[in-house]
Amino acid sequence: MSEKHIDEISGVSTTGHEWDGIRELDNPMPRWWVWTFYATIVWAIGYTIAYPAWPLISSATPGLLGFSSRVEIQKELAAANDAKAQYVASIGTKTIEEIQADDTLRTFATAAGAAAFKVNCVQCHGSGAEGSKGFPNLNDDDWLWGGKITDIQQTIAHGIRFDADPDTRISEMPAFKDILQPEQISAVSSYAASLMGFPADQAKLDDGKKLFAENCASCHGEDGKGMTDVGAPNLTDAISLLVHSEADIESQVRSPKHGVMPAWQGRLGETTVKELATYVYSLGGGR
Amino acid sequence: MRYGTEIALLVLFTFLALLGAAFAADEPFRQHMTILFFVLAVSTVVLLRNTNFAPAAPVDPDAYMDGPVRYGAIATVFWGVVGFLIGVVVALQLAYPDLNIEPWFNFGRMRPLHTSAVIFAFGGNALIATSMYVVQRTSRARLFGGNLPWFVFWGYQLFIVMAATGYLLGISQSREYAEPEWYVDIWLTIVWVAYLVVFLGTIIKRKEPHIYVANWFYLSFIVTIAMLHVVNNLAMPVSIVGSHSYSLFSGVQDALTQWWYGHNAVGFFLTAGFLGMMYYFVPKQANRPVYSYRLSIIHFWALIFLYIWAGPHHLHYTALPDWAQTLGMVFSIMLWMPSWGGMINGLMTLSGAWDKIRTDPIIRMMVTAIAFYGMATFEGPMMSVKAVNSLSHYTDWTIGHVHSGALGWNGLITFAAMYYMVPKLWGRERLYSLRMVTWHFWLATLGIVVYAAVMWVAGIQQGLMWREYDDHGFLVYSFAETVAAMHPYYVMRALGGAMFLAGALVMAYNITMTILGYQREEEPIGGRSTALQPAE
Repeated sequence: MSEKHIDEISGVSTTGHEWDGIRELDNPMPRWWVWTFYATIVWAIGYTIAYPAWPLISSATPGLLGFSSRVEIQKELAAANDAKAQYVASIGTKTIEEIQADDTLRTFATAAGAAAFKVNCVQCHGSGAEGSKGFPNLNDDDWLWGGKITDIQQTIAHGIRFDADPDTRISEMPAFKDILQPEQISAVSSYAASLMGFPADQAKLDDGKKLFAENCASCHGEDGKGMTDVGAPNLTDAISLLVHSEADIESQVRSPKHGVMPAWQGRLGETTVKELATYVYSLGGGR
Repeated sequence: MRYGTEIALLVLFTFLALLGAAFAADEPFRQHMTILFFVLAVSTVVLLRNTNFAPAAPVDPDAYMDGPVRYGAIATVFWGVVGFLIGVVVALQLAYPDLNIEPWFNFGRMRPLHTSAVIFAFGGNALIATSMYVVQRTSRARLFGGNLPWFVFWGYQLFIVMAATGYLLGISQSREYAEPEWYVDIWLTIVWVAYLVVFLGTIIKRKEPHIYVANWFYLSFIVTIAMLHVVNNLAMPVSIVGSHSYSLFSGVQDALTQWWYGHNAVGFFLTAGFLGMMYYFVPKQANRPVYSYRLSIIHFWALIFLYIWAGPHHLHYTALPDWAQTLGMVFSIMLWMPSWGGMINGLMTLSGAWDKIRTDPIIRMMVTAIAFYGMATFEGPMMSVKAVNSLSHYTDWTIGHVHSGALGWNGLITFAAMYYMVPKLWGRERLYSLRMVTWHFWLATLGIVVYAAVMWVAGIQQGLMWREYDDHGFLVYSFAETVAAMHPYYVMRALGGAMFLAGALVMAYNITMTILGYQREEEPIGGRSTALQPAE
């Protein structure tokens, strides 16, 4: 226990306490500190009068401004919806071709479709609609089920191989392991590889071409250019969903993989589907 | 017999762990109990090998009990390095998702491992060790409770090991900063009550007439953490031999309980406890009196009264009723000055000793720690304002805010306390190297600055991208695009963290060499004093 003494450096008296050599100066609290503290308290009281704050038995004080975050968000949503209402209503009543013909509506629908795309489609198709293995790129001219705007609308609305929708697009390439012999599969795969421009085994091409005409041409076409009516891919370009080599092709011929896309009409409604189709068409639609 | 009771209890718990593993209701619990069994079995063997039947040497009742403090200092440095390392790993996992190694080392399990390692293993050991060091010296009394402080130390390490291994096994109750499951929570409660008994007992038998301010802060931290821990973890286990439980709270009440806990873990663990550290080590290192006794009283009571209400600011714009959001916000604003009271008292204590910043890297560390404390406790109330929060919430700005507080304030003040304490605890004349402290200081400070600055930019960009609308009122960016935009910042953040880790490694080496009794030959900082030049 020590006595009060004056600190030599600051000239301030200590409180007279000492612990393990530590003393305390008897400085007053800084004035700016005290006043700022008071100011925050006054502000806090004012704020709690203005806004909902103090809990009562079954509710809380509503505040003089009558603020409610739920009412606020509803107002904001209503204002946002009002601003769009006129366009949305027109899109709802017009056909997709009519929307396409109207500059203002098309611009709006493209923006709306882009927003819906970011929420619902990017998970598979990528944020730039660039796709990835098994998920088509939507920026190019290669369309499995057709690139006309009505084709795209139909695909988005009802999906692909989506069992829950009776109007869904269905096609299923058979598993040729049950139909052809292994060496026949190998030959036809070489031929398909040559069509797609991959390195292929030249010796098998003649057999492969014959087998292709017998087994594949009915869907993929005599020339291998595909048929969008049945979702049969064009095999004469290098754009491919699932195969990137002769070995990939062989595996696909033997037991094909079939991608699924959900039907969106039920979930998002007809208007949003039109907007999405307009946006996707703007990316790479046409053929 | 030395350790007789301890060995008997250890054997009992080892057997219980074995039973737990045998009758486990689920696979993770079986694995966890197997780990516990091996940990306890090894501990039993160690104790058995150290026992003897000679009568124990009488303990001087006035001598300070520094054994657990020495172990605590080593544990602080060790867990610090571990925690920072895991931090760098999770930072890299965010930048390069391929580094997620399933299932044990994915981000979901590594992230709580990081937060618990730095808060509870590093910070907790630092608080326990320094509080035991400080309370003895400022009370002039040996720690209360015989061997109880040893139980606190080892019991706490067991908690850390069980929590950490549990996370990696996928055992988690998914409550932020309170992930350990019910049985680990019960264990921590027992250890924490023992800690309270040791601390309070020492204060009660003190030989000083007054309780020193550092001890107010330590005590408020210990008491409040006990309350927060127990209430937040109230839960019903699915099975007494199972690793899963259901919280007593649900819905928005549960959210509020979690943030009442989470925010006050920051308030009482990382603020009040570390202010206790500051109030002892800053005046000791600077050899100056505390600036203002009155300020310390007012800011202490204001801080602990106001902090406990501020949790709802973590739930702005959620299902939490408006009135609770308002109160969370205004209490946070009122908290600003009480927090700054500690900063003022810390910095002003250095008046008359400012020249030491040039020559004493430990003082430099303390000043920087207090500066970061002041910055973080301004930023916190600011971010609690709803208008600011609507931009900052859920973004990396929050991560930056937490780290400028945690690395800057908690990290640097702990390092400074360790550099002060370790030579004294082991009776060394000085640290192995003061110049290495300077290296540590610069590595850590630059690391923090990089980290915080990068996260500000990242967080604000992220918040702005999330709310960017086009002319028609549609969102401009998809969520994935905002994630992709963060990549460069995440890489830079990992770099900042790596610098901080490098500093900690320098410290670990320096502290190890000090403990081993080496002194590095080096030029004193600031050059040799001219007065000491040998005559020609």
